[in-house]
Parts: sequence; structure tokens; C-alpha cells
Amino acid sequence: MSAITSLNVADFESRYPDVFNPSILKRFMPLIIGASVVLYVIYCWWFFSIGTVLATGQWQRAEIYARDWVSYAIRTTVRMGAEGTTISYPRFSELGDNPKPDWAIQQGNDVTITFGTGKSLQITPTQVVAKRGSEELLVLIKPDGAKPQGTLPDWATLKEDQVTVNFGFAGTADIIPERVVVSRRFFGWANFVFDTASPFWNKSVGEVASMIVSGERIKPEMSNAALAFDNIWYNSSWQHGDVWTKLMQTIVMAFVGTLLATLVSFPLAFIAARNIMPNFFANQITKRFFDFLRSVDMLIWALFFTRAFGPGPLAGISAIFFTDTGTLGKVYSETLENIDDKQREGVKSVGAAPVNVQRYGVLPQVLPVFASQALYFWESNTRSATIIGAVGAGGIGLKLWEAMRTNTNWHNVAYMVVLILAVIFIFDSISNALRSRLMGKQQ
Amino acid sequence: MSLAHLTELTPDGMAIERHWQELASRRRAYSWLIGIGLLLAVSGSLWFANESNAGKFFDRLPHFFDFAGDLIPRDGWEVWRALFDLPSPYFDGSLKFDYPEGRVYVLGAFYIPEYFYKMLETLNIAIISTLVGAFFGFLLCFLAAKNLVKSKLIRFVARRYMEILRAFPEIVIAGFFAAILSLGPIPAMFAVGIHTIGALGKLFFEVVENADMKADEGLRAVGANWFERVGFGIVPQVMPNFMSYALLRLEINVRASTIIGAVGGGGIGEELRLSIGRGHQAKTLAIILLLLATIIAVDQFSAWLRRRLVGNQAFAFGGKQS
Repeated sequence: MSAITSLNVADFESRYPDVFNPSILKRFMPLIIGASVVLYVIYCWWFFSIGTVLATGQWQRAEIYARDWVSYAIRTTVRMGAEGTTISYPRFSELGDNPKPDWAIQQGNDVTITFGTGKSLQITPTQVVAKRGSEELLVLIKPDGAKPQGTLPDWATLKEDQVTVNFGFAGTADIIPERVVVSRRFFGWANFVFDTASPFWNKSVGEVASMIVSGERIKPEMSNAALAFDNIWYNSSWQHGDVWTKLMQTIVMAFVGTLLATLVSFPLAFIAARNIMPNFFANQITKRFFDFLRSVDMLIWALFFTRAFGPGPLAGISAIFFTDTGTLGKVYSETLENIDDKQREGVKSVGAAPVNVQRYGVLPQVLPVFASQALYFWESNTRSATIIGAVGAGGIGLKLWEAMRTNTNWHNVAYMVVLILAVIFIFDSISNALRSRLMGKQQ
Repeated sequence: MSLAHLTELTPDGMAIERHWQELASRRRAYSWLIGIGLLLAVSGSLWFANESNAGKFFDRLPHFFDFAGDLIPRDGWEVWRALFDLPSPYFDGSLKFDYPEGRVYVLGAFYIPEYFYKMLETLNIAIISTLVGAFFGFLLCFLAAKNLVKSKLIRFVARRYMEILRAFPEIVIAGFFAAILSLGPIPAMFAVGIHTIGALGKLFFEVVENADMKADEGLRAVGANWFERVGFGIVPQVMPNFMSYALLRLEINVRASTIIGAVGGGGIGEELRLSIGRGHQAKTLAIILLLLATIIAVDQFSAWLRRRLVGNQAFAFGGKQS
């Protein structure tokens, strides 16, 4: 191999001038794009005052909220009064009307609360001992405040007359003169199946099964199985019935909306395709109609139909139907315009009627593509239906949004999100399986 | 079909004919079954939707086009005045005609009309979240591509991670951040941006997997490391497609940020929801016209740019991504 001589270099340069001497614009294009993106980000930072918002955000809440998704806290108050020590629970506690948890044990005037292995709180009328592993904190209770003895470990804080002891995930305790407020956290969803008002509450699976199969009727007017179902369906804190109905609405919205849109856009697409309907005005009118339906956007349709039909899935169905008639119509007519003309010519040449030309010359080519696109839209509408639901167009969206706005029902949010993800996953798989059967396994 | 002509066939031919008839009739039976099944599903669904709706379909059908009535202003110029925040002759102290109230003064007497400002806010949410999504999607996609990363574990983690980001409903992310940062455009930005990372990441890594590996081979032959191979071998090939997908995503994000806005994320979506809810005809019409114009402009601009970047191939079957 010979080295490149200066003659070669000159030769290369003269042969490929645009590679060796690109225009200034081309040479600096990446730099210009990069700089403008950076400038734009800075502008947005200023426009939305992102810095201030992020700085004033209550990030410590994020942890609490995220924890609430998968766990619940039980609050109890231990009062050390002159007439003896009492443990009290809130009225609508997850533990029912008469709680006797095994983590809060009273012996005379002494109360022991355990927060898992090695972590506990021993409460007597005059002092509280908090243990966490090998560390121990003694807090004397005086009328003017809680007085921690010795140095405070880093899991305890003193604020005026109140000592807060932090046991991590397991909970916290506020030691205040004459009372200790305990928040004890447990992993899982409380009373997910039966709420505390139900006769089946706090029973094992076996007990519930035997009550349903062979137990006495608890309510004379209905069988135990019906009662159990009724109790689950109307569970007051999880509202299974309402959640599942709303979820069903979301599914129905996506399904019916997409199907109707497919049925309507199918014939219209034939009118819009210029190779099938050689009438310029008919083409243009249908195409502009599709553009109109598409551009007005699902949100606007949803808001209007919510006013027409009242809140509920009919509004959602109509919104999806209108938007997707436009989008599917556009996609379908573009597909029709790209078909292979030979089949049509063949069918035409044997003297078939115009309808039969479409039926045997066009349809077999496009039907798999049409069906596959419709399935794809069905899939994507299942997601969209959740969002437009939040503006009132029916479905689980609004319930989800309201549960989030209360800031206390994050476990309900988690439940609904799990359901939505499951629905999306199932429908994605169905639609993928159907599509790969329709289109063959080329992708 | 009569069987008279079959007598002309040989026994083998008749067997074939009979077999074909059997197959055809089975096919027809399946088509009927699917058709009936769909019909039942649709009528059941429609019944259920009607039962659980606030208003019943046939009671409310006469009101189907009521929204058109919500769009007719007192006179044609009202729309113009609402759009540009000019004082209205009908002003009676109510919110309905207080157009100049929303002016955003920039320099002296020069102001941006309220809805243009809100539209800009929505557009900015869409653009910045597309940028952020494209940036992180770009970083992630190479880790998920089969032809660049040998380790199954890394690929698995990267792909599942993007899947989770994509599947999580935008509204949940918006709600969660709204609880931390209070309602406003920034939770909307987080929601749309996080979803975009997942959606673009997936499209990106599929492009990378379809890239021509000859350039990469050449770079490997001269001893380039992984980053150099990606940077000089893959990125120049896939960049036009990446840009095209990012632009497509921008179109979707403009719509998404309008919807999130309507739920509480600020911007033009919120204005629209309030205006429709309060029955302010001129304002509603003004917002819809502005929104329509913006969406069409963004779509056209993106289509033009995509056509320049990747040619007509991006338009073969159109379609939307989710």
C-alpha cells in the first residue's frame, strides 16, 4: 500500500469539494442547533421559573406519598392522666371498633409498643424509654415538657416541649407531656377485601369459606355468599364496585369509540382516496373533513360532549369516535392511495362491476393493514381514555384524579394504577398477537 | 352453485373442488361468528355506557349539537376582541366580556394577548418535554439495542425501564408531582416528559437495531472504543430518523400538554375548560380557533421538516404513536 501523496490530496479535494470545504452554515450547523437548544432551555427555565418552583417544592412529601402507595399507618394515642393510662384509636381505625393489636400491650399503667425487632417504646406515667437496636433514649415527662436525658441520638429530635422519635418505615412517636402519639406503619393495603363494618372482617380465608358454605345466615334476606360479595363490592375504603365499573367504562369507551370510528372511516376513506374516487371535489371535501375532526382534538370534543350527554362514557365514546374517524380516515385513505394497481386492473379486465373491483381488487390488499391500524388505535385509545376521563368524559380518569387531589388516598391511587396497567398490558398483548397474525411475522 | 359443471371434472378435480367448497364455507362461518361476536360486544358495551352515563343517549340526542350554540358570539367581532384582548362594547363587569383583563404587558403599552400567552405556555411545555424526552431517550436507546450491547441484563433493564415510563398513565405522574410542587405547568412538564422518554426510547432503539453495521465494523477494525463506535458509526446514520420521530412526538405532545392543562396543568387547556364550562361563547371560539391554528401549524411544520430529513418513507402509512 502506498502513502497518500500531496498530489492525491489535491486530487481528492478537487473531486469532493463539499466534503473538504463545506459551507460555513453546514460546518457550524450542529453547533448552532446545540446552542439554540441550550438557549431555549434557559429561556424555559426563566419562563416557568422552574428553579423557584423546584426549590419551593415539598420534596419531603414525595417520600411520604410514595410510601402511602404500598403501606398504611395506624395512629394511636397513649394518655397518661391522673386516672390511669389509656390507649385510644381514631373512630374509623383500620383495626375496627375494638382494637387489640399485638404491638401495643398495656400492663397496669405501663404500655409497651413494639416497632419490629429491637425497636420499642416503653411508656410509664413518668417516663418513656425508646429503644432502637443497641441505642436507648430515656425521656422524662415533666408538666412543662418532655425532657430527654443524655445526648439525643440522630433518630430523635427535640422541638420545644416535644420529642419525636423516628423508627424509620415502622413509624414515629411524638412524646408530649401527658400523652404519646404513635403512628405505626404496616406494609400492604389495609382491609382490602372486607371493611371493618363487614361480619367477615378480620377472618381467615378458611373461616370466611366455611361461613359462606355452611354457616348460619347472617342476614336473613340474603345468602352468606351474596352478603360477602355485597360487602366486597361496597367496601367503604376501597370501593371495588365503583372502581371496577369505572374501569369497565374506560375499556368500553376505547373499544366502542375505535370500532365506530373504523366503521365510519372505512367507506369514507374510499371516497377520499383519489385513485379510487376520481372526483377531485369529493376527495378534497372528505380529506378536509378528516383534517377537521383530527385537529379539533380529543380534548375539545370531550369537553363538548360532556356538555351534551352529561358526564359519563357516552361523552368519551363520542370524543374518541370523532377524533379517530379523522385520524383513521387519513391513514386509510393514504393506504388506499398506495395500493398496487395491477390487481384492480386484472379484476376490471374481466368485466367486473365497480363494486366487485373494490371487493376483489382492493380489499384483499388493504384489509390486513386496516385491521392492524384499527387494533393499534384501540390499544392507544385505552391509554387516552384514562386521560380524557379526567375532564369528565367518563371512566376511571376522574376517580383517579380526585383520589390524587385529596393527597391522602395514595393507596387507592396505587390500586387503580395497577388495574390500569394490567388492562393496558392485557390489551397490548391481545392487539399485538392479533396484529402479528394479520400482518405475518415480518416485524 | 350448481354441480352440473362438476361432471366435466375428473374424480381428482372433484375432490379438490369439494375441499375448496368446504374451506370456503368454514371461512364464511368464522366471519359470521366474529361479526356476531363483535355486534354483541358493541351492543352490550353501548347499553352499559348508556346505563352508567349521567344523561341517557336518546334523551340527550337532541342536544348533540348544543355545543354549536356555545360557539355563537354576540357578533362576529367579539371573537376578534376576545382573541386580542380588546375592550368589548358589551362589557358589564362580568367575566364573560372582560377581555382586556388578561393582557400580559411586556414593554410599556405592548402586551401579549392572554390566550396567545397561554398557548405559548402550552407549546413550551410540549417543546421542553420533547427535548428532555429525546435527550434521555437518546442516552437510553443505545443500551437497549441488541447490536450494540452484548449483555442481556443491561438490555433487559433498559427496555423494562422504558416500558414502565411509557406505560405509566401521564395523569398519575402529573397528579403526583402536583401534590409536591402544587398545580401548574411544571407537573405537566414532568408528566409529558417522562412519558416521552419511554415512548421515544423505544422507537429510537428500534432504529438503532436496524442500522447498517458496516460503519461500526470499520470503526472496530481500527480499534475504536464503544463510545467512538456509537458516536461515529451509528449516530450519523440514525440521526435523521431520530429527529423525525422526535418531531412526530412533538405533534403528540402539543395535544397531550393541552389535555393535561385542562385537568389542572395550566396553559390553554385550562382556559378552554373554564370557558366552555362557564358558557363564554366568544372566548371559547377564540381559544378553539387559536388551538386549531397552532395544531395545524405545528403538524405542517413538522411534516415539512420530516419530509426534508427522511423523505417520504415516514409517511407511508402515517399513524400515531402512543
